[in-house]
Amino acid sequence: MSSDANPKLPNSIDLDAVRSKLAEGGKRYWQSLDEVSGTRRYQEFLENEFPPADKPGLEVGRRDVLKIAAASAALAGLSACTKLPTERIVPYVTPPEEIIPGLPLFYATSMPLAGVAYGLLVESHMGRPTKVEGNKENPGSLGATDLYAQCSTLGLYDPDRSRIVVNNGRLSTWDIFLAAMSNEAGSLPMSGAGFSILTETITSPSLAAQIKAVQSRFPQAKWHQYEPVGRDNVRAGAQMAFGKPVNTVYKLDQADVIVSLDADFINCGPGHVRYARDFASRRVIDGTSQNLNRLYVVESMPTSTGAVADHRKAVRSSDIGRFAQELATAADVMGFAGNSGPSGVPAAWTKAVAKDLAAHHGTSVVIVGEEQPPIVHALAHAINASLGNVGKTVYYTDALEANPVNGIDSLTELVSDMRSGKVQMLLILGGNPVYDAPADLDFLGAMKQVKLRIHSGLYNDETAEWAQWHVPATHYLEMWGDARAYDGTISLIQPLIQPLYDNHSPYELLAAFTKDSGKAGYAIVRGYWESQRPEKEKAFVTFWEKSLHDGVMAGTALPAISVGPRTELGREQLAPASRNIEIVFRPDSTIFDGRFANNGWLQELPKQITKLTWDNAAMVSPATAQKLNLAQGDYVKLGLPGGYTAYAGLNIVPGHADNSVTAHLGGGRWRSGSVGNGPGFSPTLLRTTKAPWIADNVSVEKTGKEFAFAVTQFQYPIDMDDKSESLEGEQAERRDLIRVASVDEWKKDPNFAQVEEEVKTKDLSLYPGFKYEGYAWGMAFDLNKCVGCSACVAACAAENNTPVVGKEQVMKGRAMHWIRVDTYFSGSLDAPSTFFEPVPCQQCENAPCEVVCPVGATVHSSEGLNDMVYNRCVGTRYCSNNCPYKVRRFNFLLYQDWKTPSLYGLRNPNVTVRSRGVMEKCTYCVQRINAAKIRSEIENRPVADGEIVTACQAACPADAIVFGNVNDKNSRVSKWKAQSRNYSLLDDLNTRPRTTYLARVTNPNPDLQA
Amino acid sequence: MPQIFNRTANIVSKASIAAVGLLVVVLGGVLWAVMMSPYYTNVNVTREQPVPFSHKHHAGELGIDCRYCHTSVEKSSFAGVPPTQTCMTCHSQIWTNATMLEPVRASYRSDKSISWTRVYALPDYVYFNHSIHVNKGVGCTSCHGEIAQMPLTYKANTLYMGWCLDCHRQPEKYLRPKSEVFNPNYVPPANQLELGAQLVKDYKIIPLQERQSCSTCHR
Repeated sequence: MSSDANPKLPNSIDLDAVRSKLAEGGKRYWQSLDEVSGTRRYQEFLENEFPPADKPGLEVGRRDVLKIAAASAALAGLSACTKLPTERIVPYVTPPEEIIPGLPLFYATSMPLAGVAYGLLVESHMGRPTKVEGNKENPGSLGATDLYAQCSTLGLYDPDRSRIVVNNGRLSTWDIFLAAMSNEAGSLPMSGAGFSILTETITSPSLAAQIKAVQSRFPQAKWHQYEPVGRDNVRAGAQMAFGKPVNTVYKLDQADVIVSLDADFINCGPGHVRYARDFASRRVIDGTSQNLNRLYVVESMPTSTGAVADHRKAVRSSDIGRFAQELATAADVMGFAGNSGPSGVPAAWTKAVAKDLAAHHGTSVVIVGEEQPPIVHALAHAINASLGNVGKTVYYTDALEANPVNGIDSLTELVSDMRSGKVQMLLILGGNPVYDAPADLDFLGAMKQVKLRIHSGLYNDETAEWAQWHVPATHYLEMWGDARAYDGTISLIQPLIQPLYDNHSPYELLAAFTKDSGKAGYAIVRGYWESQRPEKEKAFVTFWEKSLHDGVMAGTALPAISVGPRTELGREQLAPASRNIEIVFRPDSTIFDGRFANNGWLQELPKQITKLTWDNAAMVSPATAQKLNLAQGDYVKLGLPGGYTAYAGLNIVPGHADNSVTAHLGGGRWRSGSVGNGPGFSPTLLRTTKAPWIADNVSVEKTGKEFAFAVTQFQYPIDMDDKSESLEGEQAERRDLIRVASVDEWKKDPNFAQVEEEVKTKDLSLYPGFKYEGYAWGMAFDLNKCVGCSACVAACAAENNTPVVGKEQVMKGRAMHWIRVDTYFSGSLDAPSTFFEPVPCQQCENAPCEVVCPVGATVHSSEGLNDMVYNRCVGTRYCSNNCPYKVRRFNFLLYQDWKTPSLYGLRNPNVTVRSRGVMEKCTYCVQRINAAKIRSEIENRPVADGEIVTACQAACPADAIVFGNVNDKNSRVSKWKAQSRNYSLLDDLNTRPRTTYLARVTNPNPDLQA
Repeated sequence: MPQIFNRTANIVSKASIAAVGLLVVVLGGVLWAVMMSPYYTNVNVTREQPVPFSHKHHAGELGIDCRYCHTSVEKSSFAGVPPTQTCMTCHSQIWTNATMLEPVRASYRSDKSISWTRVYALPDYVYFNHSIHVNKGVGCTSCHGEIAQMPLTYKANTLYMGWCLDCHRQPEKYLRPKSEVFNPNYVPPANQLELGAQLVKDYKIIPLQERQSCSTCHR
């Protein structure tokens, strides 16, 4: 059935129809509103491998086709007649130690993000960093990474990076800059009055010491810190509760009950990688034993933390404080009697949560998101104290920041100084305040009052445009430095490569204002630690070398300190309840605060839950959209009192809180580079110093225009409507791609994920089966652990040289990710449950793709992989057409950038860079399999279990992916697959996938189940 | 109605059918010949090098072990081309004034690499690994030919996939004891097939299916 022949299909989404269809139980699991409405564009993606609109637009006649076909056939043979080009071999003159050409080296380093270090182990090929892995030695990583780290190698080789020192629009050099600075510093008054430094959050002790050194030379020089995704509220909350801005560290592996109040702790904030690991370590079901925590999430915008919750309530962000008060009251928190109106959460729900918390005295924890006002943080501290959690699931340390200040206040002070002419010289060390400072400050206007403006950053960006001096900063992979991990551990930043251009680290830049002018970053950082550590001389060298090797200084985690909450918390009042529509600003799940806007990998990576790429949007709930008479994709004008306006596309998100709009930061850049200029809108236009996170009374008006999003959510639908063909009744119901049970249901029926028919017919075949005598590679995903963070998608792109295709191509369903994280919803439109399912190539044993390839470009390997031979592929796309899982990706155009020299360094030398007209897909990182096999063959031993770690598996913070030899019954993957929760997708097709899934088991509160 | 075509037209038409067939065959043959010719494969073609390095002299007459220069052959996919420093270990002592060696000395003085012409190049989608081959009893000369007799280095084999598969399908034809892998003058014994079959067993060579799976070399 062609969709052209069915003009009755709707083009737009009728939310009422969707709501009633879902209420009737029309779809058990659904992915998008388009799917439930059955819109034309959904139907096109469902029926066709690629939608018909994407066929070449040429009007070609039959005769022309024949002519072209004949000509192609004649020329096809000749196309292979190209001589291999002459290659050169250029050996070293003097070989460096350690480097063996062809073998990668790994170095420990750390990536600082918003001041906090994330420990990494970076793969280097002949001196060029190509791939990032987690550092097992770093407590903030434990071997895992997030998607920011995975995509950071592209940030290093980004051709749009700033390369040259610029002075008043003219090219300059570092030496000229140093000379100019020594002049300028000399012309400052001795006191340094009029010299202001603006930095991002700084946790680095050595960098802070340098700023101190600058300040000791210029006693009246001022140091300001501002971070668009700052933790002001967290610090102020701690200040309110304990009288000092302590750092809160959670031990989620110890927590049986977790309550998150607008906290997306799996994706945001210091320690999120570690928290994801700790959280998932308590979602383990092994055979018959279980170790499950219970997560309650109260949030406005659906996040992946909310999706993995056992109970989730969508509440406006401004009402979450009220819920916290209700919870504190219900939990009988000492001396608490605050109440500023109802939150809208049913009292029975709150009571059940409070009861559950009370029942887990010392093993529960309440976490608050950084968007929430200080009082909510203070309340959570009080609840945690009253529940006896302090010292068990949560502990406090001194602040991570070298100088914990309120960023908004600090920036406000700077702006007023600048405006009143007090600032003569402004040094902006990282950050991009012209783009991301709150709108009411008019940072640019104030900045123009300053006589000498110096900016250092990775890009010649919005702020650099208005600075007289712009100095290109080093990427973290090019510099020496240090920073603290989430628990305070000193993590070293070690360069993997010499600066690619005339880049200089903040250390070197600050040195220009001290007596150390011209000193190298290495000497500064090492010198600092040599002066600080108790180890001296030889002992220090040993210590330093070990710390560099490990990436962390052992035993430098900040010790737990004892702080008691003040008792008068109840008197602090929340903002009064309002019935207006609020707008909530959040960091973006891919481009963060906009600093990664020019990173194509991140822009194209589908955002969690919404699967939006290349844009941010005004996110609203279906009910709010209806109330405002708005439709999906409307281009709307957002307005806040005070005359702040912004224009954005409207995206309807099932499960979003009503009367609330969420805007993710980072869009609407105008000077970030060729990739980042354009996508999305800038919510900063609406942010003010009074309401940097949650602003009340936003107006959302139709402009009459429409906005086209590139959403991958409905692009890979797997047709489940024909389920009656092979299975009937309850069996058919169970065939679902998502299989889930509560822990009680699982106890009653541990085989809930099994479908009888599937089990019976498993080995039924007319043909003798293929024998896998050696290794048989297999993979399993534990959907109980998967937190939907998408680090696997990023890791796969980085490992396998997959290209970025751009927004237009994504809209046509041509994104090239080899693994995708499908998001399924079930239940009602307004409060659905959310499920994640990562889908790479399933490596079928009876692979439908293999039998249809006319040229043998996709064939079965002796170990059960569906090999993909790029150089044989002629691009018929039959394989992709025949793949029920829709995991094959086709290079419709020349997506790879073959021309930009800086990108040559980025690529993994062990994976072919595919060209136009070639099909590609996941092969379980066959390059890693082969490397391990060769190693083991040389050493005359079998490949050990766990020796091969695929890129997705290595990155996964939740440890939800396992890979190994399924012929070895003792391997980890075999043990996972032996569980009763193990199932394959579309098993009734008898494809026998090697990739299987362990069904999710939720742990709902029995009191809330009725 | 008179005949349009003359009787001879029959012969012409038959001949042209045969000619077309012949043309296809000849064209195919010519293409094949070109493909197998040194013009296309570079087999037996000495390539111009910055220094006329003689394997015959170094490996053959002097008996320097392959691994003295190709250091990573047992560990890595890439056998390694010696850095200038390796040349200078000897040539800072002997032949120190030879004009032939001036590029080497110049490289060492100026810290600029010598740019050699690659003799054995594979397409970028082929991932050949030296270490596994030399560790499993494939001798250097099995692929690189009579290297110890080459005054100037040339490619001894086509490196076509058929040539690779010949050994991957029947390694017993070529395997030698590990102790002989780096012996450039090794002569296979008369009972090679017998010995090879034994070595396939002793060295636990991976099974045939695995040796000819696509992803073993292509990825």
